Amino acid sequence: MATEIQGMGHSVKRKEDPRFIQGKGNYVDDVKLPGMLYLDIVRSPYAHAKIKKIDTSKATAIPGVLAVVTGEMLKQYNLHWMPTLMSDTQMVLPVEKVMYQSQEVAGVIATDRYIAADGAAAVEVEYEPLPVVVDPKKALELGAPILRTDKKDKKDNLIFHWEVGNKAATETAFKEADVTVKQDMYLPRIHVCSIETCGCVASFDKISGKLTVWMTTQAPHAIRTVFALVAGHVGLSEQKIQIISPDIGGGFGGKVPVYPGYVIAVAASVLIGKPVKWIEDRMENIQADSFARDYHITAEIAAKKDGTMQALRIKTIADHGYADAAANPSKFPAGLFSIATGSYDFKTAFAEVDGVYTNKPPGGIAYRCSFRVTEAVHTIERMVDVLAHDLKMDPAELRMKNFIPANKFPYKSALGWEYDSGNYEAALQKAKVIIGYDALRKEQAEKRKKGELMGIGISSFTEIVGAGPSHTFDILGIKMFDSCEIRIHPTGKAVARFGTKSQGQGHETTYAQIVAEELGIPVDDIQVEEGDTDTAPYGLGTYASRSTPTAGAAGAMASRKIRDKAKKIAAYLLECSEADLVWERGKFYVQGAPQKAKTIQEIAFAAYTNHPQGMEAGLEAVSYYDPPNLTFPFGSYICVVDIDRGTGEVKVRRFVAVDDCGNIINPMIVEGQIHGGLTMGLAPALYEAINYDEEGNIQGGSFMDYLLPTAVETPKWETDKTCTPSPHHPLGAKGVGESATVGAPPAIVNAVVDALAHLGVRHIDIPMTPWKVWQILKEKGVAAER
Amino acid sequence: MNHRIQMTVNGVKNEADVQPRMLLVHFVREVLNLTGTHIGCDTTNCGACTIVLNGRAVKSCTVLAVQADGGDVLTVEGLAKNGTLHPIQEGFWEKHGLQCGFCTPGMMMSAYTLLKNNSHPSEEEIRWGISGNLCRCTGYVNIVKAIRYAAEKIATEKK
Ligand code: FES
Ligand code: FES
Repeated sequence: MATEIQGMGHSVKRKEDPRFIQGKGNYVDDVKLPGMLYLDIVRSPYAHAKIKKIDTSKATAIPGVLAVVTGEMLKQYNLHWMPTLMSDTQMVLPVEKVMYQSQEVAGVIATDRYIAADGAAAVEVEYEPLPVVVDPKKALELGAPILRTDKKDKKDNLIFHWEVGNKAATETAFKEADVTVKQDMYLPRIHVCSIETCGCVASFDKISGKLTVWMTTQAPHAIRTVFALVAGHVGLSEQKIQIISPDIGGGFGGKVPVYPGYVIAVAASVLIGKPVKWIEDRMENIQADSFARDYHITAEIAAKKDGTMQALRIKTIADHGYADAAANPSKFPAGLFSIATGSYDFKTAFAEVDGVYTNKPPGGIAYRCSFRVTEAVHTIERMVDVLAHDLKMDPAELRMKNFIPANKFPYKSALGWEYDSGNYEAALQKAKVIIGYDALRKEQAEKRKKGELMGIGISSFTEIVGAGPSHTFDILGIKMFDSCEIRIHPTGKAVARFGTKSQGQGHETTYAQIVAEELGIPVDDIQVEEGDTDTAPYGLGTYASRSTPTAGAAGAMASRKIRDKAKKIAAYLLECSEADLVWERGKFYVQGAPQKAKTIQEIAFAAYTNHPQGMEAGLEAVSYYDPPNLTFPFGSYICVVDIDRGTGEVKVRRFVAVDDCGNIINPMIVEGQIHGGLTMGLAPALYEAINYDEEGNIQGGSFMDYLLPTAVETPKWETDKTCTPSPHHPLGAKGVGESATVGAPPAIVNAVVDALAHLGVRHIDIPMTPWKVWQILKEKGVAAER
Repeated sequence: MNHRIQMTVNGVKNEADVQPRMLLVHFVREVLNLTGTHIGCDTTNCGACTIVLNGRAVKSCTVLAVQADGGDVLTVEGLAKNGTLHPIQEGFWEKHGLQCGFCTPGMMMSAYTLLKNNSHPSEEEIRWGISGNLCRCTGYVNIVKAIRYAAEKIATEKK
């Protein structure tokens, strides 16, 4: 019997796992080349300071230290600054001043990683401290120190002002509304902290002029193009640059940008002609790599007395640090924040965002979410609860009342998106039943009488993922299509290469399932490859839950092209006309004569051995898929928390997640993605934040005080699903990697606020640490005394 | 000044000259080329570097190679025997206990020691047993299932 095909809907065990469970993964730090040198980086202790002098003499005197790369050196090649993905600029190494604590100041190249560290410690830098701007609101005040003095005409710290929606209609709606609610909220800086940090091995071959870079990147092709554009003038051209993204130990958005360390390693390799390895340590990773969030939000809802929501208004100040180094599509400086109307049928809405420079690391990237969608979902899901609180309505009932009805899809939102499909009521209803919502409300009432603090929180989110259609979506001008190239070998086995790059999502398995579904070739016979720009077709990479919506679709389309050619070959072999052939997964047969059939394997063999005259030999296809729309996964989450009155600790007792990501390729993998996403939703809700003191000193810059949840804090997640296929995706799939990170935090906040609502608490900012909650308990007079 | 050290790693005797400051994790990864053991932090929090040293799970980023002189080490590469996966490896594969795989070797070595000391751990005990290991991808639910699977498998193998 032939091996099973295992197409869509099978929980196929992952094809990539055997190497990982046996210690045979190949991550960047595992790459070892002959003569390889090591880079270590000198970093600034100041958040804002002039550089008066860099003395490298003591460092270069250390045996084994070969060079110290400085901004002055890079300046000779005009490589001391580089563009960000948002068309801003950021320093590779500074010449005049540093702009945040832990900024790269110099790079030490040595024969051994320990010696490189010795060298970094021996570099002496003289600084002259400058006034520090930490608070983005103060940064916007008149008379605030101007940070980007490198930009000649810059007279303030505003990066961009962006707005969307109908301002006038929204104002009118607010004037005429029965009820309005308003709430400030702050989503603090957080960091993705993939367990593998960032790094690279850059290897320049002086003879061939070829540069090969093994690199922790989620978007190898885009990186190649950026390198070619930035370093074209020093002789690096795109055909001589190979970016290899090997096994990646988690990405979550943090491995999209180009960091100075990569560029210094490349520059050093080109200069010295030897491979150079740079692996940042965890503190460098947290303190200097792109952060996420840092949104100061003021939101308002206008509604009727009965709870019908009518208008939404949001004003946000976005702290981007000293450079806008987000990784948004070019036309969207605030990402897809305009999904903020969420799952609700608003008549009108208006949102505006001001991006601001401060003395902090650059960024504004995602944290396992599609371009600022988490910020949007947090805002709306919190605001619905604020409205429910003020109207004394049940939050589930208020949501049900305002959901976009299932029969209104495709639905045009007040902020301009066309939602592809949805059935929000069904998801919330299912979550309510699973968790036993009504019984929980009764229990809560009982507990309140006894003075115990228990809360129930809901989040009914809608995401927007799979960027995106080329008419609207590009990064630095490159359209956000993605790609797949499939070759069927003579023996009927296949290799399929994609423009994306898995960082744990299991593409080697799910993509094989897509091809298996479309061509009837068993999953085990399909080799999936990604991440090598010399072999894979061009694509924009994996982030924003775009792999399935874009590259996955390309996989289906390329398979269908192959099927078209296979049909011609089958007709030739069966001596019939194409019109008489019927496709049944894995074979063509003659209509009415099913015994007259050719399997895809037989056809593949014929494509190389006995193809029709006049037809080209071989069986392969490539597809560059330009999605007609984005996809809109959704779900409803319900969370139950208990609060310890003695310590302020929040314990998540239960958490039910009902997700709808359309048709599912591999249920096991989807469930795993949701588990992981939920945990990355729990993390910022309860534990993670990076703060700065007034001098710009980072607080929370290592795993000692930036707390990732362990297995002990993480609850036993309960998952379920509804299925509303995407009407425009060839497989009806929507993408799922980030839904739970987006949906979970407001469910947890809403639960904690709900536990305290009877005491008059209406909002709490994240993270809801024991200390913060305990202070509220004290203030309300309910903290248990010892 | 370098020191000559000896160490049995996955049943193989090794001898090498190392700097006194060399971390055990760098010795394993870079001198012995056993790159299955990973590094995820600099503050002894993540557990990606966990190996078994003289029967105990240790974070090899916080042990000097010279401290392990004369020691007996087991790393992820030593789990499978004669091409047969260890029940813990099998469990992680069966139960989808890994995604990016970066935490996985350390996680499995912690699980290995846990099951050596407690052949029938409860869910709570498993969660505490791996609480020195951070995973950013899986949300731990399936890791717990994987370890349970391994515990059961080991128990039936013993019968
Ligand atoms: S590398 Fe993180 S604990 Fe050892
Ligand atoms: S599987 Fe990626 S960190 Fe655990």
